[in-house]
Amino acid sequence: MKEKFDAIVVGAGPAGCAAAYTLAKAGLEVLLVERGKFAGAKNMTGGVLYGPVLNTLFPDFWKDAPVERHISRQVITFLSERASLSIDFNSADFDTPPYNGFTVLRAKFDRWFAQKAEQAGAVVITRIRVDDLLWDKQQVVGIAAGGDEILASVVIAADGVNSLLAQKAGLRRRLSPEDVNQGVKEVIKLPRETIEGRFNLSGDSGVAIQFLGFCTKGVHGGGFLYTNKESLSLGVVVQLEALIKNSLKSIELLEGFKAHPTVKELVKGGTTVEYSAHLVPAAGWRMMPRLYTDGLLVAGDAAALVLATGRALEGMNFALASGVAAAETVKRAKEKGDFGKETLSYYEKLLAESFVLQDLKRFKRASQFLAIQRIYSTYPDLACSLAERIFRVDGNPKKNIWRLMREEMKGRVSLWQLIRDGISGGRAI
Amino acid sequence: MAIDSRWDFRGKSNMNPVGIEHKLALNKYEVDREAHIRLKEEICRQCQRRSCLYVCPAECYKLREGKVSYNHEGCLECGSCQISCGEGAIEWSYPRGGFGISFEYG
Repeated sequence: MKEKFDAIVVGAGPAGCAAAYTLAKAGLEVLLVERGKFAGAKNMTGGVLYGPVLNTLFPDFWKDAPVERHISRQVITFLSERASLSIDFNSADFDTPPYNGFTVLRAKFDRWFAQKAEQAGAVVITRIRVDDLLWDKQQVVGIAAGGDEILASVVIAADGVNSLLAQKAGLRRRLSPEDVNQGVKEVIKLPRETIEGRFNLSGDSGVAIQFLGFCTKGVHGGGFLYTNKESLSLGVVVQLEALIKNSLKSIELLEGFKAHPTVKELVKGGTTVEYSAHLVPAAGWRMMPRLYTDGLLVAGDAAALVLATGRALEGMNFALASGVAAAETVKRAKEKGDFGKETLSYYEKLLAESFVLQDLKRFKRASQFLAIQRIYSTYPDLACSLAERIFRVDGNPKKNIWRLMREEMKGRVSLWQLIRDGISGGRAI
Repeated sequence: MAIDSRWDFRGKSNMNPVGIEHKLALNKYEVDREAHIRLKEEICRQCQRRSCLYVCPAECYKLREGKVSYNHEGCLECGSCQISCGEGAIEWSYPRGGFGISFEYG
């Protein structure tokens, strides 16, 4: 192996692969290190891959990349114990290129992406865990892995939500259970025709369903169902602190979710082929570490660059953008021949000019709003019970909707509170 | 450490995997003999909260005779246990390169 690289990228997820690919394409000597058996082996997603950044790296990437389905239908479903009420958005525009978002299975997608980096000239090594950073005074000068030391002008830590490197470099405090959400997921095999018939899809179009309410037993979190080509991704995501406080197990929530009358029909006849879990750095702005120091940049989940507003959960697109920004910063630093933190501060400038930091900043109050318990319990229940009253014909004289709504709200939430939550939600997310 | 029968999830796969051992049996692991989890027993013993028992999505932590014990083999490498253990009794790192969980779908 080379004695010294221009850059070492740690972690072959979307952030790391985007950085390594961009650097290799510019002719820099770059090493991409991955601890899994292959790129993607340690990764899973409970989200949607939105296309804009990837499309600038690989125009029309969906023709080549192993994406599952493009999302043409986006559904929000409120669950009570025995009922559900959905908002179902179907768009012909989302069904035409360049599309809006895609479902992906990360073991396949990340592997493809790392191959792209390799073809562009990056050296990719797998099955290597990076144990530590190498320092020369205040400057990071390489990595220590499995007893070996490898030198580089700069290290890009794209080592995921638990980023041991950002922590070792002192850029980040220890994570707290309020910072992260725990996602658990099953991949459930179903024949292609069954999926398309059941979800009203054709060709490679797909649906993303977000669930709120019973799926988390009313605590801070939600459920999801995505269609892949020949499988469904079904899971729940719950704030770690909410699990602790309520002594809940994600796996039990997932089983309850799967057994819900609405969900049961959607997964019927399927065979579970994998069970996975992962953390999401959901607190965004509040938990963001320092993004760089002398000789080191932090990207993707490691930098907590995830937008979790409840309206959207966007991590992979942010990871890609930060990986590209990190690479652009390194290219510039190489031209200047200086990898000190002043030169690397360009990274934060790039992110501040893009949607990455602008979105995280704009929605920084979202996490306060999302802490309101009523979103996960009272409102989904209210929505379902009100719908039931509206649609039920039981032989008694009927009441108008306003009256029904007031009756259903009684003892659950005041009109004043509902309006206040509505306004603060509209502002926060 | 001998594997407790409750943890021995190998070969228990079925069509409707409700229990954790059935779910874990679906996954591919390259088990490392060297554990990537360490428990500081003297701190652990004083803990009343024991959040590790329910935050671990692989149920790697179990209560046996009033004591928390663990098994690293089914670990999904999410890191929840270490973050949740306010007492700091859990020392968790990634398994050595190439070992541990290997997702085929993800």
